[in-house]
Formats: sequence, C-alpha cells, structure tokens
Amino acid sequence: METLYADEFYFLGLIVLAPLLGAIINGLFGAKLPRKVVDWVACGSIALSFLFALISLQGLIHHARNFEGDGNFGPYLSYTAYEWIFSGELNADIAFLFDPLTAVMVLVVTGVGLLIHIYSVGYMDEDPDKWRYFAYLNLFTFSMLMLVLGKNMLVTFIGWEGVGVCSYLLIGFWYSDAQKAQAGQKAFLVNRVGDFFFILGMFLIFYMTGTWDYVQLGEMAMSEDAQQLARLIPIALPAGLLIFLGCTGKSAQIPLYVWLPDAMAGPTPVSALIHAATMVTAGVFLLCRLNWMVTLSPTLMAIIAVVGALTALVAASIAIVQNDIKRVLAYSTVSQLGFMFMAVGMGAFVAAIFHLMTHAFFKALLFLGAGSVIHGMHHEQDIRKMGGLRKLMPWTHATFIAATAAIAGVPLFAGFFSKDLILWSAMSNAHVFNIEGVMSGIQESGQSLNDMVRELNVTEAPLEAVELVGMSAGLNWFIYLMALFTAGLTAFYMFRLYFMTFWGECRAEEETKKHIHESPNSMVVPLSVLGVLSVIGGWIGWPHVVAYQFGDRVQNVMLGLEKWLAQTFYVSDTYRIVGRFGYGSDIYLLEGLSIAAAILVAGIGIGLAYYMYIKRPELPGIVYERAQKLHKVLTNKYWVDEAYDVIFVRRTLDLGKASYWIDRYVISGFLVGGVSFLIQSLGRVLSNLQSGNVQRYSTYITVALVLIFIALLAAVMFGG
Amino acid sequence: MSWEPTLAHFLILSAAVFSIGLVGVMIRRNAIIVFMSIELMLNSVNLSFIAFARYRFEMDGHVFAFFVMAVAAAEAAVALAIVIHVFRHKRSVSVDELADLKY
Repeated sequence: METLYADEFYFLGLIVLAPLLGAIINGLFGAKLPRKVVDWVACGSIALSFLFALISLQGLIHHARNFEGDGNFGPYLSYTAYEWIFSGELNADIAFLFDPLTAVMVLVVTGVGLLIHIYSVGYMDEDPDKWRYFAYLNLFTFSMLMLVLGKNMLVTFIGWEGVGVCSYLLIGFWYSDAQKAQAGQKAFLVNRVGDFFFILGMFLIFYMTGTWDYVQLGEMAMSEDAQQLARLIPIALPAGLLIFLGCTGKSAQIPLYVWLPDAMAGPTPVSALIHAATMVTAGVFLLCRLNWMVTLSPTLMAIIAVVGALTALVAASIAIVQNDIKRVLAYSTVSQLGFMFMAVGMGAFVAAIFHLMTHAFFKALLFLGAGSVIHGMHHEQDIRKMGGLRKLMPWTHATFIAATAAIAGVPLFAGFFSKDLILWSAMSNAHVFNIEGVMSGIQESGQSLNDMVRELNVTEAPLEAVELVGMSAGLNWFIYLMALFTAGLTAFYMFRLYFMTFWGECRAEEETKKHIHESPNSMVVPLSVLGVLSVIGGWIGWPHVVAYQFGDRVQNVMLGLEKWLAQTFYVSDTYRIVGRFGYGSDIYLLEGLSIAAAILVAGIGIGLAYYMYIKRPELPGIVYERAQKLHKVLTNKYWVDEAYDVIFVRRTLDLGKASYWIDRYVISGFLVGGVSFLIQSLGRVLSNLQSGNVQRYSTYITVALVLIFIALLAAVMFGG
Repeated sequence: MSWEPTLAHFLILSAAVFSIGLVGVMIRRNAIIVFMSIELMLNSVNLSFIAFARYRFEMDGHVFAFFVMAVAAAEAAVALAIVIHVFRHKRSVSVDELADLKY
C-alpha cells in the first residue's frame, strides 16, 4: 500500500470497473448463462467493489495520517483513469477522488448495494428476466459510483445521468404493465427537468472559474486570496441555486418530488437501493461535495433549509394517510431527504451525511422488509389487508421493528443519533446566528470580527455578513420547530404502518392467509445484517454532551464520523463554529435539551400510534369522520399531481398539439406545400410552351426578336 | 432620265423578301414549302450582303454571299434527304406531325 502514490491510487478505478464488468457480462450474455452464474456475477462484482472500497479506505486512513495539510482541501486520494477532454481551458478527465466524504458514500453504496443484490437473488427468483434485472442493477451501481467518485463535475454528471437512466429502466422493469412503464417515464422526465438546471449550474461555474475540478474549486472557495474568491462569490447564489434545483429533481424535494412515490412501481429491492438508500441521496451528497460553495451564500443556505423543512413536513403529512406499504415508505423517504437538505441548508454537513448513512441502513431495511412482506403475502401491498404478521414472519418482524425504531428516533437506534444531530444543528444555529451571542462569544474568545467572518465563510464585507447572519436567527427557530414536528409525525406514521402490518388480527383473505410464509434465507440474511446496522449504525455519532463525559479514546469512537468528516468539512461545518465561538462546553447543555425534546416528540408519536391502532382501533374511523376535509386533502396529496398535470403536463401537451398544428398546416402545408405548388403550376404553364412544333418555336424566336428590337429602339429613341 | 437604285431600295427589297420567307416558315405546313421559305430568307440576306458590299466598295460581302450559297446548297441536300425519309416513314410531309422530339 505504501508504494502507491495518493494521486495514482488505481483501486479507485477498480471500484468502478467491477460493477461495470458485471453489467456487461450479465447484459450481453446473461440470457444464455445459467441462473446461478448470473447471481454470482452480479453479487460478486459488487462484493469485489466493496472490497476495493475497503482497501481504498485503508489507503486514505494511511494517507490522512501522514497528511501535512498543503492547501485547504484536506486529505484525498485520486486516480486519473483516462485523459478525456483536453481542449484549451476545458480540461476534464475520467478521474476519481476519494476523500473522507466519498469514502462514506462509496461504502454505503457498495455495502448496502451488496446486501440488496443478495436479497434480490431470492426476491427475483421467479422472474424469467432476472439477468436483465441484475444487469441494470449492476449498471446502476456503476453509475452511482461514478457519481460519488468523480473528481470533476463532468464525471459526476455522467454518473448523475446514468443513475437516472437505470432508475427509469428499473422502475419500468415490468414494462408490459402500462402503468409501471408510465411511472418510469414520469421519473425520467421529472429528473430530466432537474438535470437541465444542473447542467446550467455546471456551465455557470465553468464560465466563471474555468474548471470543473472539485479540488481546484474547493481551493478557490476556501482561499484567503480575494482575487480567487472573487471568481466564486458572484455565482455562489445563482450557480448554487441551479445545482440545488438539479438536486431537488434527483433527491425528490419540492418542487420535483412527485416522481418518487410513483417510482414504487419497480421491484421492491430497486426501491430499497435506488429510491431509498443511494440514488435519491445524490443531491445531498452533491451539495456536501460543494459545501464550500454553499456556505458562500447565506441566502442559498436559507432557501435550501426552508425547502428541505417544507418537504419533510409535507411528505410526512401525506404519509400518514397512505395505505400502500411501499407508498408510506416512499413519502417517508421524501421526508427524510428533506431532513438531510435541511441539515445542508444549516451548514450541518456532517449531520446531513450522518443521516444519509443511517437512513440508507434503516430505509433499505424497511423496503426490504416490506418486500419480504409483499413476497410472503403474494403481492399484496395494502396494509389494511395485513396484520398479525409478527408471528408468521418472525425474522422480517424483528428486523422491521429495528428499522421502524431507528427512523422514529427511539434512543440508541441509528436514526435517533443522526436525526438528533440535525435537530440540534437547527437549534444551535439559532444561537450562533443570534448576533448578540456571537459578539459576546467573540469577545470571550478574543478573535477579531474579520476572523470570525472568514470562519463563517461569509466573505462579503463584515457588516453585511453580520446583517445576513443576524437575519437567520428567527428562520432557524422556525425550521427547528418544523423539524421537531415532522419528527413526531414520522414516529406516528411509521408505527402506524408497523402496527397495522404486524399486530392485531390478520385481515387477509383466507386463501392468502394459508400461504403466508417467511422468506428464503437469501432474503433474511441481508435483512438481519441491515437490522444490526440499523441498531448500531449510529454509534459513531453520539451527542457531544454524552461523548464529553468519556476519555479521549472513547470520544474518538463516539464522535468518529464527525472527526472523520471534519477533514472534508472543517471550514464549512457550523458544528465546529459553534465550538469555536466561546460557547465552549456550555452550549452542549442546550444539546441535552434538544435531545430531550426529540425523545419526547418521538414518544408522543409512537404512543399516539399505539393508542389509535392497538388500544382503540375504532379511533381512526372517528378521527376520519371528524376531519374528512383534512383527510381528503392528505389522501389527494394536496392535489400536487393534479396541479402539475394542469399547469405543466397539459400545457406541454397543448404546446405539442399547437406545434403539430403549426407544423402540419403552416410549415408543411403553407410554406413547403406553397413552394411546391408554385413551382409545379409554373412548370405546368411553361411546359405547354414546349410543344415540339418547330413552327411555334420559330414564332417564339421571331416574336422575341421583334420585342427585343422594339425595346432597343425605344431605348435609343427615349433613353437619350 | 436615268434611274439608279440606291442602297435603301435593296435593303427594302431584302427586308420584304426576308419577311415573306419568315412568314412562310411560321405558317406553312408543308415541309418543302417551309424549306423553300428558308431559302428565301437566306437569299434575302445574300441580297443585303451584296448591296452593302457594293455600297462600301469592299469584297467582304461577296465572300459572305458565296459562303451562304455554298452552305445553302449543302443544307438543301441534307434537308431534302430528311424530307424524303420523313415522307417514307410517315406518308406525310406536314411539319405539324413532326412533334415527336419533345418527348
């Protein structure tokens, strides 16, 4: 390992190559290969990729240890596979970047991906097109790895488009069902809208800075040289906004979230891998990757945070009334992604990535558990027809409860820690961005205002920065309350789902009831692994108030993720700013309060769900009677789909019709047809002249000669 | 009283004969008559050539007239041969029926 240079770390190339090879083998020859071989190629390629990722991680740790800190970007490994475009200013290679942020993402993608591949072996066993499924799934993993490993925005974009295509292919995997094929199309088209903005953002960045390389851009943004910074500051808001719009498409945020619930038409493991664990987190990842640009514009951060909070709340409220097991999970995914964006918007990048990671564990598990239930119930997805499954499917039940507890925020489960960190970030931000507090903090710490401004990465004139920061205090409180409420909703609807599926009497039809069975081992094993991860996955991000009670060595583990990611985010993350500005450990007492509030809210949500669906099962009916209007609004998902249908889809169709009409009658009919008609009729008239009769010809000549003669004569006589 | 024809007289005569020939070419159906009308036009031109040559005391016009006569003779031979062939083929020498070349 020591012989490899940090910028020629070829294992990065191998991480990407393995799934691609798997996709090629299965895609080209899968139909003729024995099914066992298809399974082994698909899972083996991802396992290899995971192995290479671990090797790279070890390399990175080794490199980080000897890292002396030249420049601002922090330690990273890179590998240039191919010099792709080298033209004047534009210089984009197929190059990979492996820094602490990428390391987390790659491990999640390959690790969770591997488990889902193994699960798929059992889940898709009866499907005759299994080879096609695995080829797509491998191709997806390849694209996702390109996305997270790309060293410049162009490589990321290749992956970005690649995952979109694979998502489309997999949602419409059972393409003979028109509805499913349409869901795929919807996902693809909505994503394309986002991608368009992403491209514009990329171009804007290139126009101003002349590079797409993350390292160069990062150095530029974090530079202390005013000239360097001046190239990025003016575009931080517009380019950031464009890229954020791109992210709302891929990561299903308002206004482009509508595709994700429909994407559930795909096979359930696909929902788990693409629409819960990996692809939809691409937007969060990208903004974290560009964290130094995001923090350059407080306005942009505020927009991101508000959009994230709104999405979280809206999606959670819709999830309450959904009855399709996968749809509840889909809206829950949208909601959790909202949490992540909220964290990004508040500069809590560590919290965002932490939640991304734990979410990948427990949401993948929830989907796989749902898949196991659907598999066991013979493709029944309506939770009103389930119930009592906890005895029939013990393994599925055990893992499902772990994941539900994790997402609801039950203490010590994975989701508790990450969601708590987000809530706490919102709360502490409200304090940091309270300018009086900052000022007194500065006085205590003895730092100059200019220093602080640089730390906050607000690079405008100090006064302006203070103003901007000062404005955000109220907003942060607002976001915090929204997030807290959403956390309660999450606990409620997830336990509603859990109780309705696994408790009470079985409401399935007699015929189905007899056949309910636990799933095969290839499905149960990944479930169990993810179950364990859903429990312990959060133990690398304990609250500071707890971690600080222990010694240094234990602290290093308990705050492991934060310390690891701090190498990437050390300039941007507000968390460190909180620590720096004089609050010291006092601020962490507040953290205790935030945790207590979160536990309380989760407890209320769970308790309410228990009371409504177990204790007094007649209650939901009564509530429904009382709040029919609200129920109608929620079941119809705020009529967003309908509104989009009227505003965009219909108008696009109208535009299409109008274009068709114009093409048919104006362009083709009038212009093209007119010209041809003119020439044809002229030709018809003129062709009469060619009679073949020599005498007529001679007459023409004579008449023409006479006319010319007269004209000449007239010219001579009158022309002077 | 002696009367000498001037250049104008010759030219007027030439123009008259040319016009008669031209009209003959345009309106007569019989190929032989058309052919004869062409000869008429050629000879009217010859007349002009000679008249000018005499008027200017130069030999160029004479030379041209000889050329025209020689060409006309050759042309007559070819044209009559064509007419005879057409007649054998179509049993008619009407130019109206000879419109096949337009296709």
